[in-house]
Amino acid sequence: MEHNNGLPKKNPLSLQLDLKKFSAAQFEKATDEEKRQQDVMSESTTFFKDGMRKLSKNPLAMGSIVVLLLILVGILILPSIVPYQYDEILSVNGKRDKSAKNLAPFTYSEMEQKYIEEGGSRFPHIFGTDEQCRDYFVRVIYGTRISLAIGFFASLIVLIIGLIYGSISGYIGGRTDLIMMRIVDIIYSLPDMLVIILLSVVLNETLKFPSGSFLSKLGTNMISLFVVFGMLYWVGLARLIRGQILSIKENEYVLAARTIGAKPTRIIRKHILPNCLSVIIISTALQIPSAIFTESFLSFVGIGVKAPMPSLGSLANAARSGLQSYPYKLIFPALMICLIVLSFNLLGDGLRDAFDPKLKR
Amino acid sequence: MAKYILKRVLLSVVTVLIICAITFFAMHAVPGGPFNREKALSEATIEALNARYGLDKPVFEQFLQYLKGLLHFDFGVSLKNGRAIKDIISESFPISARLGVSAMAVALVCGTVFGSTAALMRNRLPDRLIVFFSTLFTAVPSFVLATLLLLVFCIKLGWMPVWSPQTPTYILPVLSLSAYPMAYITRLSKTSMLDALGQDYIRTARAKGVSRFKMIFKHALRNSLIPVITYTGPQVAYIITGSMVIETIFTVGGLGSKFVSAIGNRDYTLIMATTIFLATLMVIATLLCDLLYKVVDPRIQYD
Repeated sequence: MEHNNGLPKKNPLSLQLDLKKFSAAQFEKATDEEKRQQDVMSESTTFFKDGMRKLSKNPLAMGSIVVLLLILVGILILPSIVPYQYDEILSVNGKRDKSAKNLAPFTYSEMEQKYIEEGGSRFPHIFGTDEQCRDYFVRVIYGTRISLAIGFFASLIVLIIGLIYGSISGYIGGRTDLIMMRIVDIIYSLPDMLVIILLSVVLNETLKFPSGSFLSKLGTNMISLFVVFGMLYWVGLARLIRGQILSIKENEYVLAARTIGAKPTRIIRKHILPNCLSVIIISTALQIPSAIFTESFLSFVGIGVKAPMPSLGSLANAARSGLQSYPYKLIFPALMICLIVLSFNLLGDGLRDAFDPKLKR
Repeated sequence: MAKYILKRVLLSVVTVLIICAITFFAMHAVPGGPFNREKALSEATIEALNARYGLDKPVFEQFLQYLKGLLHFDFGVSLKNGRAIKDIISESFPISARLGVSAMAVALVCGTVFGSTAALMRNRLPDRLIVFFSTLFTAVPSFVLATLLLLVFCIKLGWMPVWSPQTPTYILPVLSLSAYPMAYITRLSKTSMLDALGQDYIRTARAKGVSRFKMIFKHALRNSLIPVITYTGPQVAYIITGSMVIETIFTVGGLGSKFVSAIGNRDYTLIMATTIFLATLMVIATLLCDLLYKVVDPRIQYD
């Protein structure tokens, strides 16, 4: 008996069960229960969604995100609420207030006291004032702005250079890879801090910007910090990405993309980079605090942002001179640095736990 | 093995040469020569001085001259006080070295002890405390910690004398210098200890009835130390840069504080010499650490 069961003719070499030998009656219909087994109970998750779910269950990482968001909102909004400027020397009714020197938090100077008694209103000095009669709260806020901006941009520079260099080296491989990695080895073994100090000293003398522009306000030190970050710090990320790409490019989907004629740039962009995204995110999150640390160190050595522009590092450093009498001037910026660095570190750890595929058990 | 060592040594030599070149040419790019002063010297005097110190020769020749001097430990003289830099280094470096080596020892010993303790008492109170403090200390800049320690223990409480050449008290400088590496090593050795404790050989050791003491010290701890050794190289670099800050705060007259004041004074020859000296030190430390790592862990292949 010949049943076709609606099937194409079987290849005689195929090892598959020959369904033609069975009649339609021999097939049993699946019961409802069996059909239900095929139902998708939960939505399929993507790698990103899975990571975010894990991250949202990590209280430390979520707390860090909240703290960082609060700081971000604070530094964006507060300067427009507080009526002082970071480089403004306090004055009452247009007259310079010489008594507003080194005020303790939430106190007023004699002139301000008099002005308030006469019926005027004065915004409180939440963190007091510094030795040049400037409101300290605003300075700390601006310092946080500058420090965060430095951390962010430095990481961005590192990210871009490291990403491009690492992907080219890893994707092309062979001799190009060997030479590119030798260069990385040499840069990696340079003592970064010493080179930063050296270049800052030199660029300080040689770089000149037109006065008044944003670059000159920031000071050559910060520019040289960025230059050095761009020159030295990318090697770690480049190495990491190269390693990732070396292993990813052996995958079948890359081979498949290549057989249908995709260009290398498209393969890197579409197939390889999304797969090492987790490594990139984690190392960038950990790069930001390290840049903030570097900046505060440079401010300490005396080659940080240019006065009167404050950064957290330069504020903390300036506070050391009057430490015995005004310890709060060190405490506020120092606490801010600790809070930011701690949050980024915890967030980075949380991201690693959530996204690093190697940790998946 | 010999090939690997040769390769690493060669790379280190190249690195040191590059550092020398960067420092030399960078310092050369700074406008103004060593004989620029408020009272202008006559052309003839400057020419004579340049000829005397070989500054009239092409830059590259001057660089070779400088390198030749370096081989004889001749770093030139300080621009500010005219002292031989060799003397400044040989006088202040021992102080820095004592500070740095003690800090490193403290960081390594305490870090591994704390880390291993945390791993062995996982999720109990000591673990929680250790994790809390090690996370906290990786977020405190060393100069803030040092300043606070100085304020509290030397000035407010008066328990420790302030550093002076006659009564050198290394406790606070060492403590503040080792805080960050200690916290880092604690975290590192905790993860590696946990990793080692989860290995099959630990289960085997326990199955055959090895005592807990022997299991921890002979099997787990020794294997967990390998990642700690890899961190020793970067740690030397951290301690050298960190000691600049710590020495300045505690007014310890070591090489680090000399370097910071040289930056402030724009004393270019001293900056140049100290950079090359410290960088060479770091490169040597990294090299030794890499070689040691290969010796300690036989699983690593020499490529």
